[in-house]
This record gives sequence, C-alpha cells and structure tokens, in this order.
Amino acid sequence: MTKNGVSPNKEIVFSTESLHKVHEIIARYPEGKQKSALIPILHMAQKEFGGWLDVPVMDYVASLLNISPIEVYEVATFYTMFNMQPVGKYVLEVCRTGPCMLNGSDQIIEHIKEKLQIKEGETTKDGMFTLKPAECLGACGYAPMMQIGKFYHEHLTKEKVDEIIDLCRAGNIAID
Amino acid sequence: MSKKLLLKNIDVEGIKTFEVFRKHGGYSAAEKAFKMTPDEILEEVKISGLRGRGGAGFPTGLKWSFLAKPEGVPRYLVVNADESEPGTFKDRYLMEYIPHQLIEGILISSFCLGANVSYIYIRGEYSWIPEILEYAIQEAKAHGFLGKNIKNTGYDLEIYVQRGAGAYVCGEETALLESLEGKRGNPRLKPPFPAVKGLYQCPTVVNNVETIAAIPAIISITGAEYAKMGVGRSTGTKLISACGNLNRPGVYEIDFNLSIEEFIYSEEYCGGIPKGKKLKACIPGGSSVPILPAKLLLKTANGETRLMNYESMADGGFITGTALGSGGFIVLDEDQCIVRHTMTLARFYNHESCGQCTPCREGTGWMYRILKKIEEGRGTYDDIDLLWNIQSKIDGNTICPLGDAASWPVAAAIRHFRDEFQWHINNPECLTKNYGIAEYATI
Ligand SMILES: Cc1cc2nc3c(=O)[nH]c(=O)nc-3n(C[C@H](O)[C@H](O)[C@H](O)COP(=O)(O)O)c2cc1C
Ligand code: SF4
Ligand code: FES
Repeated sequence: MTKNGVSPNKEIVFSTESLHKVHEIIARYPEGKQKSALIPILHMAQKEFGGWLDVPVMDYVASLLNISPIEVYEVATFYTMFNMQPVGKYVLEVCRTGPCMLNGSDQIIEHIKEKLQIKEGETTKDGMFTLKPAECLGACGYAPMMQIGKFYHEHLTKEKVDEIIDLCRAGNIAID
Repeated sequence: MSKKLLLKNIDVEGIKTFEVFRKHGGYSAAEKAFKMTPDEILEEVKISGLRGRGGAGFPTGLKWSFLAKPEGVPRYLVVNADESEPGTFKDRYLMEYIPHQLIEGILISSFCLGANVSYIYIRGEYSWIPEILEYAIQEAKAHGFLGKNIKNTGYDLEIYVQRGAGAYVCGEETALLESLEGKRGNPRLKPPFPAVKGLYQCPTVVNNVETIAAIPAIISITGAEYAKMGVGRSTGTKLISACGNLNRPGVYEIDFNLSIEEFIYSEEYCGGIPKGKKLKACIPGGSSVPILPAKLLLKTANGETRLMNYESMADGGFITGTALGSGGFIVLDEDQCIVRHTMTLARFYNHESCGQCTPCREGTGWMYRILKKIEEGRGTYDDIDLLWNIQSKIDGNTICPLGDAASWPVAAAIRHFRDEFQWHINNPECLTKNYGIAEYATI
C-alpha cells in the first residue's frame, strides 16, 4: 500500500469470479455502451485492490472497458466514494450535515479524533482507521450515524463508538 | 388513523419476500394493468393527479405523456433512488422493507411507457440495498413477472440496479443519466429534455422511487379513488421522513389534510420535541426549501393552519412560505443555532457542486466561508449583506437547480433570522456549546 503505486511485482487482475461479474454487468447495457459499467466496476476494483484506486488500477479498468484511461480518471476523481489515496482498514465516515449536527455529530467526530489521535482525513499509524467526515447519508432520522464499509451504524453515542472501535480492533465487525 | 397506501403492509412479517407480498395482494395491480392498454393506464395515472415525489412535484401523467415514441428507438424508465437531499430517507425505507412494491410499480410503469429495460439508480452509500432489490427482481422473474413474455402478454422487461458513488448532484435527472452512462455527474443543458433525448440519447422517463411505488395502488383502487384522497392538487398520500429534534423521528405516510402541528406533536406521528423543548424552526421539505420560524410554520401569514400539502406549504411564496419538496422534515428546537445549521448546509452544497457554472462553483464556496467566519465569531454586519448579495446572484443563473437549492436556505435563514446572525456577530460566545468545525478532508 504505497502512495505512489501498487508494488510493481503485484499483477493487477481481477479474480475469475470478478471477471465473470464484469461481463455480467457489461451485458446490462446496449451494445457499445459498456462505459456504463465504469462506476460499478470501479467499486469492485476499489474493494479488490486495497481500498483505493491507484493509477495502475484505473488503467486496468480502462483496458477492461476498452475506454481511454483519462475517462476513468475523470470519473474516479468526481465521486466521493472513490479513494484516491490509501485508507485504513476501517474508514469511519461520520455524517455531519444539518440533521446529524442537530443530534450531536460534532461531538461524535471530536470524540473519535481524540480517541484515535487523528484529524479529519487522516489514518491511524497502524493503518487501522481513517476518519472521513461525510455529508448526509440518508439516515437523518437515526442520527448521529456513521458508515463503515458497507454498513451504517446509527443512533451513535460516545459509548457506542467506543464499542464499535473495539469490535473493529478485534476484527469482529462486518464491512462487506 | 389516516388511510395508508404505500406503507399499508410494511409491518407484515416477511413482506420483503415475493410469497408474502403476493399473498397480500402484490402483483394483482400488474395483472390488472396487463388487461388494460398503455393509454388506459396513462389515463388512470393522469386522473390520479399523482405528482412527482422527488421534490419538484411535477404531474407524473403529464410527464409520461411527453415521452417521445419514434419507431424503432428504445425507451427507458430510470428510477431515481439517489436520495441525497439532507433530511430525506424515505426511498431507502421503501426499498429496504418492501422492495416488491417498487418492482411492481416499475413493471406497470414500463409496460405503460413501452420500455423494455429499466434501471434503478441508487446512491452508492446505500450499499446493502442493491442486494435486496436484486433478490426481489430474481424472485419476480422466477414467478414470471419479469423477463421475457411476461405472463403471456408478449411483453419483455429487465430491471437492473446501478449504484452511484457519492454525488448529490446525480439526483438531478440529467446528471443521473450522465452518471448512468459512466461519466461525471455534470447536469446537461435543457432542452432537450430526457423525454426526447435521455439515456443514450433515447426517450427516457426519470421518476422518483416513491412516485413509481405509488403506481400499483393507483391501478388497484383506480385513479379517481386516489384523487379523492388529499386536498386540491395534492392527491393521494405522501411519505415524510422526519428528523432533527423530535421524540419519534422516522418515516410516516401522511394524509395531505394533516396539520403540521399535529404531525410534530401528536403521538401518532413525531410525538413532540425531546425534553419538552420549544419549537424554534423547521425545514419541512428537504434542506433545499426555505426554513421557517415556528410561528410561520404552524400558521400561514394569514393566520390559517398550515397543512402538510403542496399548496399550504407554499402559501406565502418564498417570503412567508416554503415547500413540501421531497418530504425531508427537519425540526430545530430552541437550543439550536441557525447560523451553524445554515453553515453545514452551505458546506454541503459547496461540496456537492459539480463545478460547471461559475455562480454555483464559486458562490457556494463564498457562502460557506462567510457563514463559517460568522459562526466562528469573526463576522461583521457587512457579511450578512454580502451573503444576501451572493445568494441572489446564484439563484436562477445556473444550468441545474442545485445552485438555486444552495441559495434558498441561506436566503431564508437571513430573511427570518437576521437578528440571530447579528446576535452571533456580537456574541461569539455562542461558540462555547459548539466545537469541531472541520475543513474538508480530501481523501
Ligand atoms: C440537485 C438535485 C438533486 C436531486 N436529487 C433527487 C433525488 O435524490 N431523488 C429524486 O427522486 N429526485 C431528485 N431530484 C429531482 C430530479 O431531478 C427529478 O426531478 C425527479 O427525479 C423526477 O422524479 P419525480 O417526477 O417522480 O419526482 C434532484 C434535483 C436536483 C436539482
Ligand atoms: S448549478 Fe452547480 S451543480 Fe448544477 S450544473 Fe451548475 S455548477 Fe453544476
Ligand atoms: S444528515 Fe446525517 S444522515 Fe442525513
């Protein structure tokens, strides 16, 4: 997980299962419109190749879809869910928009910063946690909340955050 | 108890599955629709008076009637499940707990529109929901309600779920189509409208999840019966996602005759404000609509009781009224700081601007920075006027309505709470109960 590239001896290719999925996705669109598969495939690539999209990974996706690399970079950099830099194993995405703020999301973010000794956007030294403030995730009625991987954790309190962090450390939390 | 259409069976155990959904009348509206012609279905939708539930409230039947039908060109129905407007989480509820209702709605709507492929574009963060929808699609297919020659009608339909990847602007219909084509979510200039040139430049209808989920009920009970529910041009029922400072936040299906006061305070709905605190303000239709102080929220400027419907919410225009919007109902209690709340919304719009139009790209950033300055106790009275000036220059001067949506919350906050902005400038100690102001982390 180096910043300037996946280690050179690691070949970037999807597993057979993922390649199968790629073809299944491409078949959802009309002939010649395979570019529509770009975002779904970037999601798969991010998951399979270390949680972020390095240039060689994006180039690989471009080659799969027969489009130019720049078309992939344009898209990858536009959407907030695609990480352009390495992230920790657990990315804590804490919502801080209006409705969550009204229910104390600021205090939750502050608590995580103190507990993990990181600022927004930073990763802990052990590579376990990244704190990534998020904007409204569609869980406003269950605020405050955060997303870790695939799932939402709602009705957060400081104690609940502590528990979740312990569960992460013990590897006991589902992220996909 | 008001009559429920969308959430009627939400508490039925196992309603997520085809079997239970079917047992409770599921897919019988589709069977009825297959005995009708597409024109007859369209007529029912028109008579129902159904208005788009995504925010703008455009009549659905009318939208469908604009769909171009050139020979030999495919048509598409695209379901907008991007749901990213702060305060809004109703579509998630429908998809997560009663997915077949949406699938049946897509089936009837696509049959009416003559679409053989439909895409559900869902916000990327709802990452556990596509599986739920895909499972429902498989079940429907296994029972002959999707796929080829559905129920021997000769009609074919495939539904695919497409995830976005975190961009509010992709809820705007043309940005959504760009995103679905594998591009950045930059809204298109209109015209041409999607009804003429939409997905892959083919005629396309884009509708909200809740809009499409209401179609089976309309076909079941008839458009005329649906139109009898509600008041005036607000027909049927509406989902409201209530949040902020409420005892019982959540998703409610309401009757358009319900008063806002009853919605906030009655036990059937939100159950009042925690700790008996007073109501300070409310944004009743998603973050983009104007905030109203309690007084103007509960009663219109003319002293009439304000109801939860399109017309009553809009009574007074943007001066003393607001809008029903997407139904994202955000309540602020007496302890909340308007400046800080408005600042978080300004930050949101700034973060979400696609950057194509200068007034939106630059203006949203200016508004955020000025609000942050005031919030941090470094503001001046001139800043309030400057804010007003900036928002007025964004409004109406951009490609898509995100620019307007960014300016309205700021305009309304200043219009109704100018004294609080001034107080904030003179009393920076308001800060003592707030902390953790963070710059954007770009990772
Ligand atoms: C910035 C922006 C964001 C939007 N987000 C959504 C959304 O998340 N969901 C939605 O259904 N409509 C959204 N809309 C409205 C859509 O452009 C479109 O009007 C709607 O999907 C039409 O469906 P309806 O007629 O069924 O409401 C948004 C509009 C704008 C300008
Ligand atoms: S108004 Fe904003 S979001 Fe909409 S097209 Fe212009 S820059 Fe993009
Ligand atoms: S404001 Fe946090 S989930 Fe909507």
